[in-house]
Parts: sequence; C-alpha cells; structure tokens
Amino acid sequence: MNDDPALEAVAGNGLLHRRLFLRGSVAAGLTFMTAKTATAAPPDVPASMLVPGAGMSGYGLRSPHEDHVQRGFGSLPGTVGTGASRTPLEHLEGIITPGALHFERHHNGIPDIDPAGHRLLIHGLVERPLIFDLDSLSRYPLVSKLQFIECSGNSGANNAAEPPNVSAGTIHGLVSNSQWTGVPLSILLDEAGVQSEGRWILAEGSDAAGMSRSVPMTKALDDAIVAIYQNGEHLRPGNGYPMRLFLPGWEGNMSVKWLRRIEVTAGPTMTKDETSKYSDLMPDGRSLLFTFPMEVKSVITSPSGTNAMQGPGLYQISGIAWSGAGRVGRVEISADDGESWAEAALDDPVLPMSLTRFRLPWRWDGGPAVLQSRAVDETGAAQPTRTAMLAGRGSAYRYHYHAIQSWAVTESGEVSNVYS
Amino acid sequence: MSTPERIALLCGLFAAAMAIAQEGPNLGIEATAEQVAGWSINIQPDGTGLPPGSGTAADGAAVYAAQCVACHGQEGVGGPNDRLVGGHGTIASDSPVRTVGSYWPYATTVFDYVRRSMPILRPQSLSDDEVYAVTAYLLELNGIIAEGDVMNAATLPQVEMPNAGNFEWAYTED
Ligand code: HEC
Repeated sequence: MNDDPALEAVAGNGLLHRRLFLRGSVAAGLTFMTAKTATAAPPDVPASMLVPGAGMSGYGLRSPHEDHVQRGFGSLPGTVGTGASRTPLEHLEGIITPGALHFERHHNGIPDIDPAGHRLLIHGLVERPLIFDLDSLSRYPLVSKLQFIECSGNSGANNAAEPPNVSAGTIHGLVSNSQWTGVPLSILLDEAGVQSEGRWILAEGSDAAGMSRSVPMTKALDDAIVAIYQNGEHLRPGNGYPMRLFLPGWEGNMSVKWLRRIEVTAGPTMTKDETSKYSDLMPDGRSLLFTFPMEVKSVITSPSGTNAMQGPGLYQISGIAWSGAGRVGRVEISADDGESWAEAALDDPVLPMSLTRFRLPWRWDGGPAVLQSRAVDETGAAQPTRTAMLAGRGSAYRYHYHAIQSWAVTESGEVSNVYS
Repeated sequence: MSTPERIALLCGLFAAAMAIAQEGPNLGIEATAEQVAGWSINIQPDGTGLPPGSGTAADGAAVYAAQCVACHGQEGVGGPNDRLVGGHGTIASDSPVRTVGSYWPYATTVFDYVRRSMPILRPQSLSDDEVYAVTAYLLELNGIIAEGDVMNAATLPQVEMPNAGNFEWAYTED
C-alpha cells in the first residue's frame, strides 16, 4: 500500500484529493497505470528526423491525425442549413473552443457576406438613426471577454425518456467558449440617442431567416457588444461574420449573428423565435417567455459517453462548468452515483460567464461506477439532479436543460449516458 | 496637497479616463427616412410595421398549394416540417402539439415570420398580398378567422389567438 496521504480516497469509489496532481505525487500515482504503455518500445530514430519537414503556410491546418475530431451536425428535412453543429467536447481540453469547432445553430444557412457591402442600421426610438460598417466599427473602443455561448436547446437530448447512448458533445455540444472582441453596444446606442420610451431592442440578422430577437434595453446597455473578433481573428462565417450581437450569459439564440439592424422599440416584437420557439411550456399549459439567463451547469468530458477505459488504475477526471450568472464557485464530483462527493480543482482562469475547467484524480478499481459533476456558481445557485429539475417542468419544457450528467462505467470499461 | 485630496484627484482622473474610453468617435452615418423604411421589416404585436395590402383565406389556399404544401403538408398537417394547423386543447396535456393555431400568442408574428423566412428556399419572394393571404389561410384552417375575413394592417392585429392568455414573462422589466 502507498502511505502518501494525497493518495487517500476523499470520496467513495476511488476519488482522490484534488491536490494529488498538483504536488508532485504524480509519479507515485502513475505506478497504478496498466503495463500497457510500457510495452510500446520507442523507435530508435523517428523518420521525421531524417528528412526536412514541410514548409510554412499562410493559414494553418491542424495535424491530419486530428481529422477525426469533428462537429456532428444535422439539418431539418428539405434544408441544408436549418439545424445545428455541435462542439465535440470530449475531444477538447482547457476552456477555449477553436473557431473551427465552435458550435453553430442556424435557421436558414450561413450567409456569404462581403463586409464591404454590409451595414448595421440602428434606428427606431432614437434621436438619430445611424448606419455603421465594419471599418467604422473597427475604430470604436473595443473590449475583449472570454465568455461562453450556449444554445438554450443544449442538452435537450436528455429530456428523452431513455438516455441516448452518445458522446458528451452530441448531448452537450451546443456550448462553446471564445474570446469575443467588439464594440460595447451602449456606445453605439448612446450615439444614436435612445429616447426614454425605448425599453427594448429588436436585433435582426442578414441571413435567409432574417433571424430576429428582442432584447431588453437594460441588457443592451449593460454588457452587450457588437462582436467582430473571435479568438483573435475576425468572426467565422458560421458565427456571424462580419458582426454579431453578443449577450454574455444569455441564451445563445439572442446573440444574433450577421447583425444588420437594431431597432429600438417600446416593447418586445414577439418574433417567431421568442414565442413559438425558445419559450418554455409547463405542465399546466402556461408558457414562459423570455427565460434569458443560462443556468449553472457542468459536465465531465473525460471520461464520458462512448469512451472506453484503458483498464483499472489512475485517471484524471476532467470537465467543464459554467454559469450565466457569473463565476463558477465550485464543482464537486461523485464516482458512486451521488453517494459521496469530492471537490474538484478549478484551472485558472475562473472568469464570469466563461467555461471553467475542473479536474480530479480518480483511481478506478475496475468495478462499476457512476461519475457525476455538480457545479455551484458564485451566487450560490446549484446544478440540480435530473429528477429535481424535471419535477417542476414536465416533459414539454424543451429548453434550458441543465441537470447533473451521469456517466456509467461498466466493469468492461464502457462509459455511457445514464439517468440517475 | 493632502493624501486624501491626492487620492480624490487621482480617482477623478481615473473616472475621466474611463469615461473617455467609453466614448465613441461618432462614425455613424445618419440614415434617411427612406433608408430606414426600406430596411425595417419587423411587425410589432400592435400592427406597427404592417404594410399596405390584404388577402383572404381563399386567396391564401392557392399560395399555400404552390409555395408551402410540400414542406408543411395538406392543410398544414403531415408534412416533413413543422405542423402549422391543429393541436387545439393539447397544450396542457402530456403530449402537446404546438402549432400556429394551438400555441402562437400573436397573429402579427405569422405575417412577420412568413414574410421574412418562408418559403424557406426563397425567403422574401412573396408579395405582401400573398403573405396576408397565406396568413389568413393558416388562421382559417385553425378555426381562428372565417373564410371570407380580409386580413390587412387593420384587421390582423385584432385577431385573438386562442393560447395568448397562457403566456407569462419570466423577465421583469425594471
Ligand atoms: C422547403 C421547405 C419549406 C417550404 C416550402 C416552406 N417551409 Fe415553412 N418551414 C420550413 C422549415 C424547415 C421550418 C423551420 C424553420 C426553423 O426551425 O427555423 C419552417 C417553419 C415555418 C413556420 C413556423 C412554424 C412554427 O410553429 O414555429 C411557419 C409558420 C411556416 N414555416 C410557414 C410556411 C409558409 C406559409 C410557407 C409557404 C409560403 C412555407 N412555410 C414554406 C420549411 C419550409
């Protein structure tokens, strides 16, 4: 037996203290790993050392060995661009979503927009209706924030009566995290001169759906930006090139892409995507409009659904947590179906309305396990169990699914989605 | 200068710097009334934004047969895409059927959405008369208006949608 206290279990079924990986006990820990890695002998001289490597390129591509890391996507019948692509969360680490793997949700395809011809009009209940283009916006004071965007339909697959046996990204991949850079909308609204009756805005995209959503003026003046950069480069076409609204922490559909028009209005416009869709139907027949903030949430991405364990031994559980209300306060992990919980370590940075990476060492003894994570945000809001969340909602409440995700590990090492 | 005074001055400078950072360079070009009119296509629930023109369910049946039926089915049911008709009385049940008729709170939204987005492969290809007509047809199939009722900028906002009373705001204006 090992008498290093860091290797003592802190919760049931093999959860170890979060400091294990931080304090150099890793070497001791590694002795738990299977002999499998030791049998693979390194080649004497790798071929890459015997010939010059490839030349440079103007815009980089990832290694072809990573080509299997793909977004899954689908579109409604008769369409190619009315649907969603999902970030393959189980293949990613850290908290930044590469632009090429950012989730997308479109209502009628990705428009091909030449910024030279694109304009943003701000009008309605304002003193001066104003037109901006990308060049003019680029001269405004810019702000950068590392923040998530999540579709309110994310994780809806887990509303199904039986748990779908699919990957973390397939269930939860309608969330991504980027550094968004843009112009505070408050500056543009200020220049246009909002009249006192102007309590809402309507934001409209220049896609073939004319995607439009109403946003309260308080949010528009608080932290809304007109984003023009994503992770340092101009927005991806699928994420609103050349400009999009970005509303930190609020349901993704409202962060209207390909932004062409902002109308200041007295009340909400009641568009299709804030009444027929993105409204929440409760069991008694009442429906909620304008459930804007995204709730506190977390999911373990490794190990996760459809993964195969590599034999008993030491693993690091890794996952993401986030909240539309601010910073993640803490994340706890259970390996015994919620019987006992241990606090995970949070990677820096822990930022408001950003994905936060959590980790915890786990010694898998080869027996059955159910892995869960539960997040609590800085306001004290806690992620509910699936049963508790559904109790108040019924089955027709399609959006804002944020319950604890459970992954079952079998003795043969298969990991799959379960309801607990 | 005393220390508190110095701090106060520094704070003042800092606040001024912040304010300057948040000021824009005023690069917006003032839009003319014509530009705004050509650009703005949304309809408010009170009918603001509705264009001239009109149509009835009878006119709309022809538009629907030519432009919509392939995706939304005969009389708005049974197509590969969203069902548009029926489902009345199911909204509070275990298997609610949400359609324009059973669920949508505002008739103006039908005009706004169909004009900007449908038919999905040729959005904004219908005339305003055609949009009024096909909107009337969907409302008539749902038993909300009568066959001969004319839908126009005055009548459409008056249409009472059956489920309108069941919507509540989760967001409170302050
Ligand atoms: C090629 C297929 C296609 C055609 C043709 C088509 N639609 Fe649609 N329609 C769709 C799709 C797909 C959606 C869902 C769009 C989305 O989810 O954003 C939709 C959504 C709708 C909705 C919203 C339904 C809801 O409950 O939210 C209405 C209303 C509608 N269509 C009306 C029409 C009308 C009227 C026409 C004819 C003028 C038409 N559609 C033609 C494919 C089509």
